[in-house]
Amino acid sequence: MSTMPKWADAVLVPLISLVIAFVISGLVILAIGEDPIAAMKLMITGALGSTYGWGYTLYYSTNFIFTGLAVSVAFQAGLFNIGGEGQASLGGLGVALACLFVPWPHWSLALIGAATMAALFGAAWAAIPAYLQAKRGSHVVITTIMFNYIAAALMIYVLVTVLRPTGAMDTASARFDDSLKLPRLGDILGLVGIPFNNRNPANISLLIALVACVGVWLLMWRTRLGYQLRAFGKSEKASVYAGINPVRITMYAMLISGGLSGMMAINTVMGEANRLLLNSVEGAGFIGIAVALMGRSHPVGVLLAAILFGFLYQGGAELALWTTIPRELIIVIQALVILFTGAMDNMVRKPVESLFLMLRKGKA
Amino acid sequence: MDFATLIQILDSTVRLATPLLFACLAGLFSERAGVFDIGLEGKMLAAAFLSAAVAAVTGSVWLGVLAGIFASLLLSGIHGLASITFRGNQLISGVAINFLASGLTVLLGQKWFGLGGRTPPLTDGGRFEPITLPFADAIAPLPFIGPIYAELISGHSILVYLAIACVPASAWVLYRTRFGLRLRAVGENPAAVDTAGVSVIGIRYAAIAICGVLCGLAGAYLALGLAAGFGKEMTAGRGFIALAALIFAKWRPWYALGATMLFGFLEAVGNRFPSIDLGLFAIPSQFVQALPYIITVVILAGFIGKAKPPRAGGEPYVKER
Repeated sequence: MSTMPKWADAVLVPLISLVIAFVISGLVILAIGEDPIAAMKLMITGALGSTYGWGYTLYYSTNFIFTGLAVSVAFQAGLFNIGGEGQASLGGLGVALACLFVPWPHWSLALIGAATMAALFGAAWAAIPAYLQAKRGSHVVITTIMFNYIAAALMIYVLVTVLRPTGAMDTASARFDDSLKLPRLGDILGLVGIPFNNRNPANISLLIALVACVGVWLLMWRTRLGYQLRAFGKSEKASVYAGINPVRITMYAMLISGGLSGMMAINTVMGEANRLLLNSVEGAGFIGIAVALMGRSHPVGVLLAAILFGFLYQGGAELALWTTIPRELIIVIQALVILFTGAMDNMVRKPVESLFLMLRKGKA
Repeated sequence: MDFATLIQILDSTVRLATPLLFACLAGLFSERAGVFDIGLEGKMLAAAFLSAAVAAVTGSVWLGVLAGIFASLLLSGIHGLASITFRGNQLISGVAINFLASGLTVLLGQKWFGLGGRTPPLTDGGRFEPITLPFADAIAPLPFIGPIYAELISGHSILVYLAIACVPASAWVLYRTRFGLRLRAVGENPAAVDTAGVSVIGIRYAAIAICGVLCGLAGAYLALGLAAGFGKEMTAGRGFIALAALIFAKWRPWYALGATMLFGFLEAVGNRFPSIDLGLFAIPSQFVQALPYIITVVILAGFIGKAKPPRAGGEPYVKER
């Protein structure tokens, strides 16, 4: 196993995969008749060239931190939770119910309440696939895919027939009370004297996402449950032999995962839109898969990968605005990242491994 | 509901079930050989796009079908490379393929046609025309049998009949040929097949190639038969419904026909009635749309008949452990 030093496994291999993914993305841009270098420059100035751009980048990153962590926790336990999309939309429903029907005295209390509801709703949506995997052996990948579609149908039903105010044309809930608006990142940074643009949706949820990163790290590497989750993911047989209850671990892993996915909604529903829109998740649940794969299911990696994808998302929006390159370019990049850092991992890993083996033989 | 309405719903059931049936059989070949494929959706989408694009440019529906099969085979090749040759995770590879198709179809569509991802609408010769079976006009006036033959059985495009013909053909290949036996064995116990001197890798690549062709037909039918051109994300989850049908059918060809017809029927009913009034309460159409997924979860849970996947499914084969 230890043919490679740890840093090569954690940093070098994903980095090479990432470079391959980006080179191919560049070729795709070239193929549709645009200049990849100019496109890259435009993306960088658009997403990172101003605090306005940074604000959008961090707003998207916040979503991806939550969904990336969600996929990671399940990955660590050997489960592939592909249902982040559905869990996050249910989380949105939780946030909307909390914000619409509870008279909160202050936004901070509302935030705690809404985050709890979001996590509960997300976890609940993951609970049935988790139970079926743990007790009935139904493959969690298939059931979570099915639950994404069931969630989509449920959300249409809820928004069209239940939450839509009478007479409203668009399928969305009523607006939340103005007092529940979350402080923007610009306001928070302004308090400590850092000038930051305020016309962007980045908000206090970013800080909660960072806390979640630390929380997941503590959980996975500093608690007994985290150890059990990781042991279960490494070898189900060995962990069961060591007295770890597989049903319990599967349930915990999926509930935590679903809860994290659901919490994404405080950023989009409460932080940005101030009402529940149809398809408020916009694919962030799926981007979580790419983020977790690239971040090697570690909170630090997830954070960095989430910022990268936030940059791609905002940069892609700028591209679509100023060039003829459609926004869907991001989906292609996302696909290539998933392909090379996830499915084709061995293509990069094996040559790197043999390279290190050769170097070691040379030394000995 | 009168007889004429029923015939109409069944007629659209057959049409809506056709792409599901192609995709379901595609998944059947792949998964029976031990390669999970959640990339059916992406392959269908890519095939729908390229077939519509080529048919729009050349005006030939058959060139369109070939192009669709080519697009789907290309993605099958990536799936094979990732999950068979490099022994990667088949599920992750499938997810990547779905996104690749979803992004590239819009990117290329915008570049080629500049219509925001759509292809130009197809006209005569660019899409499949309904075929009138012999004596359909003569039998049509007869009561009961007339409408069934003239409207339900006759009057579909050639791909519909091809899809239905694929069912006995698949069953024959899987259960009556040497190749089929080996394919099923590779999905259950690849080591045994390897010991017998048959290439596991070869059989698995053959299986995903068949899967690619069938997915190509599914996509081509969507763009050239069901619709008249390609629209962004036009598969709309059909690949996953086909996957659901595959599980419902317990990975068997004839059951696949039944499962896809049922799911096609649900879609047809959902399209026709916004909500179904049962007197005491009304079933919202969203529930009908979600029903295939709900049924699949219930089936997977094993409360109504256990669906047992091929034993070696999802695992890359490593020679000489």
